Amino acid sequence: MKVENQVTLEFPSRSANESFARTAAACFAAQLDPTLEEVNDVKTAVSEAVTNAIVHAYPEKLGKVAMKLRIKQDHILEIVVKDWGVGIADVDQARTPLFTTGSEERSGMGFTIMESFMDTLKVRSTPGKGTTVTMARKIARRAGR
Amino acid sequence: MPVKCKEEQRHLTARVEGELDHHQAREVMEELDRRIDAAQPRDLTLDLGGLTFTDSSGIAVLIRTYRRMGQIRGAMRVVNTPPQAQKVFQAAGLERLIRFE
Ligand SMILES: Nc1ncnc2c1ncn2[C@@H]1O[C@H](COP(=O)(O)OP(=O)(O)OP(=O)(O)O)[C@@H](O)[C@H]1O
Ligand SMILES: [Mg+2]
Repeated sequence: MKVENQVTLEFPSRSANESFARTAAACFAAQLDPTLEEVNDVKTAVSEAVTNAIVHAYPEKLGKVAMKLRIKQDHILEIVVKDWGVGIADVDQARTPLFTTGSEERSGMGFTIMESFMDTLKVRSTPGKGTTVTMARKIARRAGR
Repeated sequence: MPVKCKEEQRHLTARVEGELDHHQAREVMEELDRRIDAAQPRDLTLDLGGLTFTDSSGIAVLIRTYRRMGQIRGAMRVVNTPPQAQKVFQAAGLERLIRFE
């Protein structure tokens, strides 16, 4: 599908970058004239994906996180969050609601939220190599524009 | 501090403000723990009216706080939940566990 605009961001896995990443995604999405609810859905999904890269991918060190924001044909916003961390051995299990390898500060609902707030979610991961989360959301065209 | 508390005869009200994500969650959780420990409230009202964003980290904070209140046989309710947070909590089925008003 034709890419109409795109931006790539790279940042270290510091938790302060969670709010930066979702705000950047919201700013990029603004060119599609989304509703407040659509922006919030995108911000929430980005927050989950980026937090996972920060919390799980690099448990004992800082590592690189990349976020690609793309606008494709038909008003589709695609977001790719990539890390080069520990990876996920069993992606199906990881995507199960309530499954977590984290502490009690985690609820195991991240992937479930990404799935329900976006139209599509793909997770590709190789243990020891890293994880790529690709999600997309069609932003409705609104009357009057 | 993103948590503001008010205490009246073992009724504790805690207002959480700003963005409750992974970056902020620990501080909020620790403050809530401290306040609950000190006040030993019969009931806790969690006021989310000033919450501008949350994600699954907020789910964990709510569940953990609910359990802490259960341990001391106190009640808990959540009030003024903004739409974005409500959608997150709903996705996790939290309304089956916690009272939202
Ligand atoms: N980028 C990643 N690198 C390595 N492991 C990951 C990554 N993302 C997710 N995981 C694994 O998948 C599990 C499920 O992720 P999910 O986001 O659904 O829940 P969580 O992060 O554990 O909790 P929550 O998101 O509710 O705070 C994680 O506990 C972790 O084991
Ligand atoms: Mg997560």
